[in-house]
Amino acid sequence: MSVLHADKVSVAFAGLKALAEVDLTVSSGQILGLIGPNGAGKTTLVNVLTGFQAPTSGAVLLDGAPLTGLKPHQLRRRGIARTFQGGRLFKDLPVLDNLEVTGVGLGQSRRSAIAEAEAMLDWIGIADLAPRIAGTLPYTDERRVAIGRALMGKPAFLLLDEPAAGMSAQESRDLAALIRRIAADMGCGVLLIEHNVGLVLDLCHDIVVLDSGAVIETGDPAAIRASEKVRHAYMGTAAETDLPILEAGLEVAE
Amino acid sequence: MGQILQVVFDALSLGSLYALAALGIALIFGVMKLVNFAHGDVIAFSVFALLWPSVDAVAIIFAGNLPWFLLIPFVLAIGAGLSVLSEIVVFRRFRRANPATMMIASFALGFVIRYFLLMLFSSRPKSISLLPALSQPVEIFGARIPLLQLITILITMAVLIGLTAFLRRTRFGLEMRAAAENFTMARMLGVRANRVIMGAFALSGALAAAIALILGSQTGTANIMMGANVMLMAFIATVIGGMGSLAGAVLAGFLLGAIATVMQTILPPDARAFRDAFVYGAVILVLIFRPQGILSARGTKERV
Repeated sequence: MSVLHADKVSVAFAGLKALAEVDLTVSSGQILGLIGPNGAGKTTLVNVLTGFQAPTSGAVLLDGAPLTGLKPHQLRRRGIARTFQGGRLFKDLPVLDNLEVTGVGLGQSRRSAIAEAEAMLDWIGIADLAPRIAGTLPYTDERRVAIGRALMGKPAFLLLDEPAAGMSAQESRDLAALIRRIAADMGCGVLLIEHNVGLVLDLCHDIVVLDSGAVIETGDPAAIRASEKVRHAYMGTAAETDLPILEAGLEVAE
Repeated sequence: MGQILQVVFDALSLGSLYALAALGIALIFGVMKLVNFAHGDVIAFSVFALLWPSVDAVAIIFAGNLPWFLLIPFVLAIGAGLSVLSEIVVFRRFRRANPATMMIASFALGFVIRYFLLMLFSSRPKSISLLPALSQPVEIFGARIPLLQLITILITMAVLIGLTAFLRRTRFGLEMRAAAENFTMARMLGVRANRVIMGAFALSGALAAAIALILGSQTGTANIMMGANVMLMAFIATVIGGMGSLAGAVLAGFLLGAIATVMQTILPPDARAFRDAFVYGAVILVLIFRPQGILSARGTKERV
């Protein structure tokens, strides 16, 4: 049982607050949803949790130990993996090599990296994609490969940044089934950032709602559904006070 | 028949030279978006490493007297060593700089190497006899081909096959392919960035040294400017090939070699002196129709 915890994380960029004292906890086997309007700071929070962005104040703790100053690949080795918006695979490399190089980066031998990569593709149900060049894959397959790549080395936590963006209803349902298996079968703690609120309400055990860099609500799907504050944020009144330029500056550059 | 074959061999051997040089540039561009204009000076340095410093016209051979099986590894090691050294001393400081800044730094480094050689050897070209056995001609289907030309082509083929196997089959090759495609992402995933970059520089330097050996044997002279022309052609080849695409760089290298050789043959004698103008004209035509290069690498479009 592992716990990843953001403790009063704040991020200020040139004096403007992107995140203000955000608390959040993900545990093994749990699917935690993170929702909020555009520019709410969701991706910034994921960047902090995975070492891409240092918090201005506050800390990220793994099983109670602070992870301050660790680089993304060091956090990856400690079991905190993520996907990116748009997949970001190595487009000129075959699918299998995309997973293999991740295993090698984690310190595995080539042989065991290849073995795990093959097993992983099989587990996700895309073993037939192994020899395909990643850049030629359709959108949804690309996402599934990106998730497979993130699962190399059996991380304790998986942070998914808008994995369902642009997917059809059926594709989203398939994705939801995969995410459930990741949490239930692998015991992975999943943080799901998603604009598709229906998917989040359907899939997550608990949900955190961010707006303008602050947590405005947490609770189970029923509580979020009933929340007046969440409805208010999504109706757009709060969105006008967002700082989209700031958010863009803090996201990992596309 | 014999004459056509002659042209084919000329084109292939000149193309080989350009392809090897273009590969050296594309390898480094792939992993760190650096166009290394010091590459040509690494070529010159590798030849001069065989000589004792002197300003005389007659070269005083030092390592050049080694038997070939020691001479070749020695020169390759010099090229690789200088290249790795330039990474550690200069380019490492510019990792986060933009590509234009890195390019200027490489110009500066090139000048430093060139003037270092100038100081020790003067600008006068020196005659050297490097691997003289290679200048004997061999006859193939009625065409008389210098043995060196044949060896140049064979070595290039061997290098290309070897490099392909290295990139496909080894762990280091895998990391290098990933880093060339998306360096930032590779580093995030734990690929050892410094090792990959040093490896690219070592390979690139060894390729420069291979060119130095070929040029030195071919022309029988050592000249501090000897790398400049090859460097320019190689740079053009990497642009035509699609920056960062290794296969594209090789292909374009051979293409340039072919164009130059064919121009030399078909142009009226009075125009041959202006051959390069026609070659560059052809380059402009290629770029008008395929501005992204023959085989463009995706990595250059999507920088992280």
